[in-house]
Amino acid sequence: MGRSTKKGPYVDDALMRKITALNAKNDKRVIKTWARASTIVPEMVGHTVAVHDGRRHVPIYISEEMIGHKLGEFAPTRLFRGHGAHTERSTSLK
Amino acid sequence: MARIAGVDLPREKRVVVALTYIFGIGSSTAARILVTTGISPDTRVRDLTEEETAKLRETIERNYKVEGDLQREVQMNIKRLIDIGSYRGLRHRRGLPVRGQRTRTNARTRKGPKKTVGVRRKKT
Repeated sequence: MGRSTKKGPYVDDALMRKITALNAKNDKRVIKTWARASTIVPEMVGHTVAVHDGRRHVPIYISEEMIGHKLGEFAPTRLFRGHGAHTERSTSLK
Repeated sequence: MARIAGVDLPREKRVVVALTYIFGIGSSTAARILVTTGISPDTRVRDLTEEETAKLRETIERNYKVEGDLQREVQMNIKRLIDIGSYRGLRHRRGLPVRGQRTRTNARTRKGPKKTVGVRRKKT
């Protein structure tokens, strides 16, 4: 079931504060965030947000088409390296 | 012969059923179309008069996105998901279920027929 329209989309407060601060200064900087559940809103377009994937922050450039999606959708949390065989590919971390 | 929205012409069937042969029209849409056009859902396709077919063709053309157009729209939506690099796009690209279903078992619709993979051992 979707979220109630009364509440509006969920946007992480801390992240939004940083975005508006950057927008006010017309500044673009990479913002680290753990707020994977936060919806992408129009204000974020053009910024690069580094979204935590559980290990590191994956830099994501926000484009217009991403509005309405959640930040976490763009930073996969799982890394599948295939089944069987302890080859170099499967054991080395990226 | 009733030809609506391109290449669809199922005869012998009741119109409600026949309309569902069009991609993008299911049973409820078919029923709604018949209500708006005032055609009895029980008439057979072969018994439809010229005007009735024309009326059906017009309402469908005007109000519904069907067949090729609809298919193209669906493809565009999928392409969008892939292009923006979202998780759902990734699942489409891999041909795996998109909506969080399990893949340990089942998921055969997306994955296709079973392909057994043997254990590949480390080369020494």
